[in-house]
Amino acid sequence: MTLADDVFGLLGVVCLAAAVLVVTSRHVIHAALWLVVCFGALAGCYLVLTAELVAWVQVLIYIGAVVVLMLFGAMLTRAPVGAVQELDSGNRPVAAVAGVATAGVLGTLVVAAFRGAYVDIHHTQIGDGKVIGTSLFRFFVLPFEVASVLLLAALVGAIVLTKREV
Amino acid sequence: MHGYFGGYALVGLLGLVGVGFVAVGLGANRLLRPWRVTPEKLLTYESGVDPVGEDWSQSHVRYYVYAFLYVVFAVDAVFLFPWATVFALAGFGAISLGEMFVFLGFLAVGLVYAWKKGVLTWV
Repeated sequence: MTLADDVFGLLGVVCLAAAVLVVTSRHVIHAALWLVVCFGALAGCYLVLTAELVAWVQVLIYIGAVVVLMLFGAMLTRAPVGAVQELDSGNRPVAAVAGVATAGVLGTLVVAAFRGAYVDIHHTQIGDGKVIGTSLFRFFVLPFEVASVLLLAALVGAIVLTKREV
Repeated sequence: MHGYFGGYALVGLLGLVGVGFVAVGLGANRLLRPWRVTPEKLLTYESGVDPVGEDWSQSHVRYYVYAFLYVVFAVDAVFLFPWATVFALAGFGAISLGEMFVFLGFLAVGLVYAWKKGVLTWV
């Protein structure tokens, strides 16, 4: 166990605990704020794994933009900010089964795919902007361009949905 | 404190020092100050005016599109960072420039659509 392993494990525990608090909180706003903690710990995990650019993208997009979108979404609803009993849905067992099944499938997949893979993070190339940029613009240009079409579709969709009644 | 991990350890250390500074400052303040509260003192106020109504007001859905525009252009900006680091390297240059403008062109179509629909005017 190196120090990097310890920090990674600690961040993983914080991330998992925050994720549990997101789904068990009865306050919508508290759930969104716990999601910030969860995403922040995940960004820390990426940093320890030397995926530098991915970590900062996680901070910029997920903590910056997606949580803003969620808080904005909560502001649009009539839901009160305080504790709500109705947040406890009757679908809880089904949701738990679906969650555990998804976690099982993803966990099995990761273990099956990367069981023998070992990367010495102290002697590897740091995943900074140059590394990501090189692979993005040399090998993954088409997915990159397709992403712009996806963003365009999302933008037009949001405008169509919100402009209807103005 | 050298290399990748050393650099981020320094950032983490600075964060801890910052948190400690605030905690010690506020804690010392808490120990030294008198603490005699009344309901009036605990009331939230704005420029000396007592609050009226509930703490929750529903906002109109049309403001959602501003938040959404922010998300779309944040994702767009994220792709500019790796592009900016490689585009001056050998083997990229004009082709990468063209690829980025194709990407931005698609998003510009969305921006023009938003502009034509009157989303960009403040209401």
